Amino acid sequence: MSNPIMRTEDLCAYFDDHQVLKGVNLSIEEKKVTAIMGPSGCGKTTLIRCLNRMHELTPGARMMGKIWLRDQDLLSMNPMVVRRRVGMVFQKPNPFPTMSIYNNVLAGYRLNGIRLKRDEADRIVEGALRSAALWDEVKDALHKRGTFLSGGQQQRLCIARALAVQPEVLLMDEPTSALDPKATDHIERLIVELKEQVTIVIVTHNIAQAGRISDYTAFMYLGELIEYGPTEALFTAPRDSRTEEYLTGKFG
Amino acid sequence: MLEKALEDLQNKVRKAAFLAEGMVNKAEKALEERKGELAREVIDKDEEELDLLDLEITEDVVRIFARYQPKARDLRMTLAIFNISRYLERVGDHTVNIAEYTLDLVDKPPVKPLIDIPRMTQIASEMLRDSIDAFMKGDPEGALRVIERDDEVDNLLEQVRRELVTYMVSDSSTIDRGLKLTSIARNLERIADLATNIAEEAVFLEKGKIIKHTKPK
Repeated sequence: MSNPIMRTEDLCAYFDDHQVLKGVNLSIEEKKVTAIMGPSGCGKTTLIRCLNRMHELTPGARMMGKIWLRDQDLLSMNPMVVRRRVGMVFQKPNPFPTMSIYNNVLAGYRLNGIRLKRDEADRIVEGALRSAALWDEVKDALHKRGTFLSGGQQQRLCIARALAVQPEVLLMDEPTSALDPKATDHIERLIVELKEQVTIVIVTHNIAQAGRISDYTAFMYLGELIEYGPTEALFTAPRDSRTEEYLTGKFG
Repeated sequence: MLEKALEDLQNKVRKAAFLAEGMVNKAEKALEERKGELAREVIDKDEEELDLLDLEITEDVVRIFARYQPKARDLRMTLAIFNISRYLERVGDHTVNIAEYTLDLVDKPPVKPLIDIPRMTQIASEMLRDSIDAFMKGDPEGALRVIERDDEVDNLLEQVRRELVTYMVSDSSTIDRGLKLTSIARNLERIADLATNIAEEAVFLEKGKIIKHTKPK
């Protein structure tokens, strides 16, 4: 790893007494797509929820170890600042139902009490929607509600909302699992394009998707990081027999 | 994504085919014009370049299977290019054989004027070019025309053998040179066979049918 933007050091996470992450050491390369895969319950979602301090929002949840965002200790930073710099897109598209498309894109600013001038707001909305490959489809309907869009469009709106605050890292938790194949393809292409501007960490239970879009892949099992490396190497000749068995469908 | 990976793969195999065809012509030119340096170029430079391309294509194919699990035409394209690269690498090996025999022959008097070997070279290199064109254009009819030409090369090989045997029987001092020329012709015939294999891949790509080991109707 030559250029990690984020790094975890012996990261452990718990829900009350139950340990879900067991000493994870992971370096996230800048401006690359890193996929985290593994069977249900392996801790992959918990891992990315630690990366933007969302894990601690769950009652009884705690974590130990270190997380570095560049050279800053993420666990001693203001969580709101962390979540601006490390954005997140969830499994189910969740635009704010009462807000227009325009206001959804700006939600990150509005909810943080940041006031924008009209022309600056326009510029941010257009830029984020273009980055999310949604601009052409919604430019004439910016003041309609986001919930009128199709599932795939809603997910791209959520990506635009996350991009609007210009995060350095974008975490995606199974962002296509609620979408049909065509919308999935659209999002996958978008992810590959977006890595030019933002580092992406995507959790997926879809092995083929990890293969198609990621530069690096991490395989997790029972809370441990079993194997991590360039996707091509991991998919062609995994070093650990558990990764081999997972990739060939023998478990998970 | 997959489209881009397949496009790169096609470009590489096109480059390998161009190189292989050039090697065949260069080796024959070395023989005909008695230029040892051209034969050396084939052995020392061109073959290495072709082998490296074959290696790159193999690695790309492994990567495409691992990452994209191609289906339908994409699957046929990936498989076909994997095979074609193998065939082209073997064309390179046969061409190196020709160049090595040529190096033994350039400083010795000719057994006879070369007529059929240049003809075989011309047909084999046209077959190579046409088979790759058929593959790239998705033209199974063009591919079948390449396959039909294989008989021309087989017939020329028989003719070369018969003629050289006559020379060798009547003058034993020509035996060594005669056997080397026969081997050159045999290598050219193998190159034409490999061109038909490539043409078969063009049919597979377009029709999804595996026609090797079957006689064209």
